[in-house]
Amino acid sequence: MTDRPRRKIKLDFWFFVKVIVIFALCLFIVYPFYTILTKSVFSNKVEGVTLYNFQRFFSKKYYYRTLLRSLAICSFTTLFACIIGVFIAYVMTRYNVPGKNFLHVLIILSLMSPPFIGAYSWIVLLGRNGLITRTLTALGFAAPTIYGRNGIIFVFTLHLFPYVYLYTSGAMNSIDVSLEEAAENLGMNKLRRIMTITLPVVLPSILAGCIMVFMTCLADFGTPMLLGEGYTVLPVLVYNEYMSESATDPYMASALSVIIVACSMVMLALQKLVVEKKNYTMSTLRPPQETKLRGMKRFAVSLPVYLILFLALLPQIVVVCQSFVERSFSGVVQGINLNNYRAILSRLGRNIFNTYAFSLAAIVFIVIFGILISYVLVRKKGKAASLIDTLIMFPYVIPGSVLGIGLIVAFNRKPLILVGTAAIMIISYVVRKLPYTVRSGSAFLYQMDPSVEEASINLGVSPMKTFFTMTARMMLPGVMSGAVLSWITCINELSSSIMLYSGKTSTIAVAIYQEVVRMSDGTAAALATILSVTTVISMLIVFRATKGKVKIV
Amino acid sequence: MSNEVIIQHAVKRYGDFTALHDVSLTIEQGEFFTLLGPSGCGKTTLLRMIAGFNSIEGGDFYFGENRINDVPAHKRDIGMVFQNYAIFPHLTVEENVAYGLKARKVGKEEIERRVKEALELVQILPLAKRKPSELSGGQQQRVALARAFVIEPSVLLMDEPLSNLDAKLRVQMRSIIKKLQRRLGITTIYVTHDQEEALAISDRIAVMNQGRVMQIGTPREIYARPENPFVAGFIGVSNFLNCEVTGCEGGVARVCIKGELDIDVPVRRHCTGEAQLSARPEQLFFAAQGMPGTVLFSTFLGDFIEYEVKLDDGQMLIINEYTKDTATVHEVGERVHIRFDAVRISLYDEAGEVLSR
Repeated sequence: MTDRPRRKIKLDFWFFVKVIVIFALCLFIVYPFYTILTKSVFSNKVEGVTLYNFQRFFSKKYYYRTLLRSLAICSFTTLFACIIGVFIAYVMTRYNVPGKNFLHVLIILSLMSPPFIGAYSWIVLLGRNGLITRTLTALGFAAPTIYGRNGIIFVFTLHLFPYVYLYTSGAMNSIDVSLEEAAENLGMNKLRRIMTITLPVVLPSILAGCIMVFMTCLADFGTPMLLGEGYTVLPVLVYNEYMSESATDPYMASALSVIIVACSMVMLALQKLVVEKKNYTMSTLRPPQETKLRGMKRFAVSLPVYLILFLALLPQIVVVCQSFVERSFSGVVQGINLNNYRAILSRLGRNIFNTYAFSLAAIVFIVIFGILISYVLVRKKGKAASLIDTLIMFPYVIPGSVLGIGLIVAFNRKPLILVGTAAIMIISYVVRKLPYTVRSGSAFLYQMDPSVEEASINLGVSPMKTFFTMTARMMLPGVMSGAVLSWITCINELSSSIMLYSGKTSTIAVAIYQEVVRMSDGTAAALATILSVTTVISMLIVFRATKGKVKIV
Repeated sequence: MSNEVIIQHAVKRYGDFTALHDVSLTIEQGEFFTLLGPSGCGKTTLLRMIAGFNSIEGGDFYFGENRINDVPAHKRDIGMVFQNYAIFPHLTVEENVAYGLKARKVGKEEIERRVKEALELVQILPLAKRKPSELSGGQQQRVALARAFVIEPSVLLMDEPLSNLDAKLRVQMRSIIKKLQRRLGITTIYVTHDQEEALAISDRIAVMNQGRVMQIGTPREIYARPENPFVAGFIGVSNFLNCEVTGCEGGVARVCIKGELDIDVPVRRHCTGEAQLSARPEQLFFAAQGMPGTVLFSTFLGDFIEYEVKLDDGQMLIINEYTKDTATVHEVGERVHIRFDAVRISLYDEAGEVLSR
């Protein structure tokens, strides 16, 4: 649409936007990652540039098994999440499951809740001293353990299956009924219809959901840290190598970071290859109708959905209950009261304030830059825009802990010392969540006809004023609902915060982690409840604002 | 101020592709001027250059005395109706119409008065408080129209404004637009690919193809005297036949069609050799003698019958015969002879330049 061949660079507003955005992205994404990359090819054991760290990684079992474990956990989680997610999506779109809309909201809620709270509350239930464990032991049974590989996969699966569900149900709702009717008309029975028509058509969406699950698993730090015990996965190893007092080796930690990012990039490349090339666009004239089941059949179909959701939401319920229980240090119940809350307010008030202040600041930047960047990407296409487009994708493949390390190594020396400040926390939130807002903002702009802006300009309003009074204003609702989702992930953020926090800039998520490690269950539960309640309220606001048509994925 | 629009040697390039080659036009004050052509001919490109949304790679654009090449789009004082209306979705009907007036800092009371007048003119005053999503396509079209002319622009541009409407509404809106333009006397440049629409609405038409103006003229001129085979083929239906000019004397050429039929065509200059003629379906008729052929198909269309006739050499011709002019109906398979209305047909030389007068 826009066309300015070989014209001199215009020093207008958008020029400065592009310059500032590219500069900021380079400073806070490219430069930190570049620092990690250069650090990974040095070592304090060998002189000069070396692949020593990588050699060591692939030759020592202590290191390479973490990669294998990470891949194992990701693969199994993805497999189980896929089965559960597709099953629920099919049942929810095709049958009259009671309370369907409410279930849909609950599924989204369980996805938005912080993952490590799930891990923590399963410890409360099935941990060494857990409620279920103790009950079963008292009855003379051996309780399954939540620690180790299986526990991690279990918690991840319950937390992440909503991704698959959301992608798949979106696709299933957009299949025109006539496709399946045509297959039926051509003599296919029900099972073969599902296998030959429905499944292949929704397969790209299922795969997209699976890749989200896989990437989230690969990057997540909190769950395996709490549940892993001896079973160390890659992100936990990065943390240990970088943070623990015993074996700090920033060079090795950098090399490990590079390996994680490489894995994520492979997944993303796979997604580009498989998912985007095989996406079908369908004009859905007649969306699928749900089959009305009755009696036992309806019950049989709905029961698994309710069971899975119960398991997925159980952690939230446990945490809320736990927060009102006061325990002695040895774990004996002292009473039901608000002492946990009193304790955190007196001791951890700063963390609570920080969490909301940092997240709010991050959201302001995310909204402003989200709108500006989306506009540049969609309406000001060119070399600068495609550069921004590439840079903005980076955070997708850089796990939070890796970005955290990158920011530390990049900004712990002059000229720009940011380590330990609130700024570096906010920067990490903005950088990590910006892509999601940009994506929803540009999706909105793509479907908004440019002639609306042209009409405004044509009627005598300057392009600049048109952008602020017309375009930005129209984008705001869509961007805001995306921003609230980002806000939720910001307040629940652990993996980069745990790297970047200092005494003064610690957050609720970090405090929960520390309290759990210190076995101080009550205060951890109270903190987690605060996060959960904030999450639920924020989600309800989004549901309200978007009339239930919220897009998470 | 004169509201003439003068375009001299306009050139538009997209990289290596030239979308407009040296287009020159003069659109007179108060004129309803249409840019007509198939998609990709450059008509919308030219319109957007006038509006200021496309850069100008060459040539000069004037509104009266003022050269507007370097005037930014929002200062050109042009009304524009977009193909998809581009109604501001978050504003009500009256806010949409008032938008341009506010940008011009018109007083509050005057805005109110002018918006009311404009809405009355397009007959949607009762809908003033509605949101665009509550309007039908035809109603949105009227809002777009009112919004464009309420600012009393020096020029009104319309980019295929009727293409999203159904056939009946299209005809209705067409006459509303035409009457409104007459009444307000705004110089109007209208883009369409629909030749029937162009013929019905325009004072003058520029037929465009592949970035060039093929012919400029009134609807009658363009229809009756197409200056090249493209215009003949694009406007209405034409039968093209190869022929040879065997002699030329006193402004009349003797044309031999396929070695079978000789006709005398009035021409503007001396000519000889290979040529091409085009004839409208109503410029062909059945006769006792002429080019022999067989009726393949006939379609009864009320006021006329359309015949498809296959000449003996295999070429197909379309012939219209008005029902009021004849009582006979030719049956499929019937042997017929075809003659030409030599005064009305068009004759072109090998380069496609018109010879007939």
